Amino acid sequence: MEPEGASRHPPKRRVPVAAPPRMADPHPLFDDTSAAGGSGPPPGRGYGAPPPAASQYPPPASFLGEPVSSLAMAYGTSLASQGRDIVDRNIDRLVPVGRLKYYFAVDTVYVGRKLGLLVFPFMHQDWQVRYQQDAPVAPRFDVNAPDLYIPVMAFITYILVAGLALGTQNRFSPDSLGLQASSALAWLIVEVLAILLSLYLVTVNTDLTTIDLVAFSGYKYVGMIVGLVSGLLFGKTGYYMVLGWCCISIFVFMIRTLRLKILSEAAAEGVLVRGAKNQLRMYLTMAIAAVQPLFMYWLTYHLIR
Amino acid sequence: MAFTLYSLLQAALLFVNAIAVLHEERFLRHVGWGSDQGIGGFGEEPGIKAQLMNLIRSVRTVMRVPLIAVNSVTIVLLLLFG
Repeated sequence: MEPEGASRHPPKRRVPVAAPPRMADPHPLFDDTSAAGGSGPPPGRGYGAPPPAASQYPPPASFLGEPVSSLAMAYGTSLASQGRDIVDRNIDRLVPVGRLKYYFAVDTVYVGRKLGLLVFPFMHQDWQVRYQQDAPVAPRFDVNAPDLYIPVMAFITYILVAGLALGTQNRFSPDSLGLQASSALAWLIVEVLAILLSLYLVTVNTDLTTIDLVAFSGYKYVGMIVGLVSGLLFGKTGYYMVLGWCCISIFVFMIRTLRLKILSEAAAEGVLVRGAKNQLRMYLTMAIAAVQPLFMYWLTYHLIR
Repeated sequence: MAFTLYSLLQAALLFVNAIAVLHEERFLRHVGWGSDQGIGGFGEEPGIKAQLMNLIRSVRTVMRVPLIAVNSVTIVLLLLFG
């Protein structure tokens, strides 16, 4: 029962059209094949189809001028602005925006020094974050302060370099990129949760916040990127050598940074403080630092063939 | 390396369910992890076992009602979408 010429159109929809009622027309140009009620051509007809006998059918774009769709557009706009108001009012409960700004207060000199510190932490002497009236100084002024700029950028760059590595081996597809991204993100969340759990169990009185832990866990992506790039340029030997070096440097970096935060002051100075508590904290610091090279290898080895 | 965020959510839900299922009287007491056992002295710091017991008890108390809701939603979604 398909009317001719309708096979190349998508199924007709009822659109309230201000078209002249065809029932009263005594001499129609051709048969009115639309459903009773006079629906016009569907708006989504497609750009290639020329309007047949345009006199009786409204042009395709005029659905925007219909009263119903203008009402819908107004409603949608008001919904969107309402939603934005709700988000603005409640965003402070979910994401501490004020705290986040501290972690992004960086400048070029800091980023350069921090990257150098991440791949060569052996010469740096003073790892203590400077304080200013009970609050830690912004990363711009102290190279020891954790930031979120480098981890976020390194994460995104890691995903891009992973896509590049997959592409050079003809294994690339757009969803594999998304898979890499969500896999790395899931491992990051698991790692941060595990560190939080172990910090809770050992009852460490520390001022490490969750965002600090995310920042510290994100620093290993820098080493991963350097290892991946050298693996792409110099093959497997280059990858293993550079990744080994970056693993050692991130291990030393994490130990020296976390020692000051987790251990008590006396033990952090290097004085051998006996006691089960300090021993446990030392083990915890070493475990956190040792997990980083494992993750670095785990997240990159399948990209280098 | 198909460790997606979705599988992380699934694993977390199953893990929290597992903690919620540990019954105080029938099981934990026999293992020695009941809530009234192992309360240390007042001044000393709780050890790892006491912290773990505290954690289990607080997870069970806090997550009991939300777990009902999340489990129901998960069951319905898995039934519908496989």
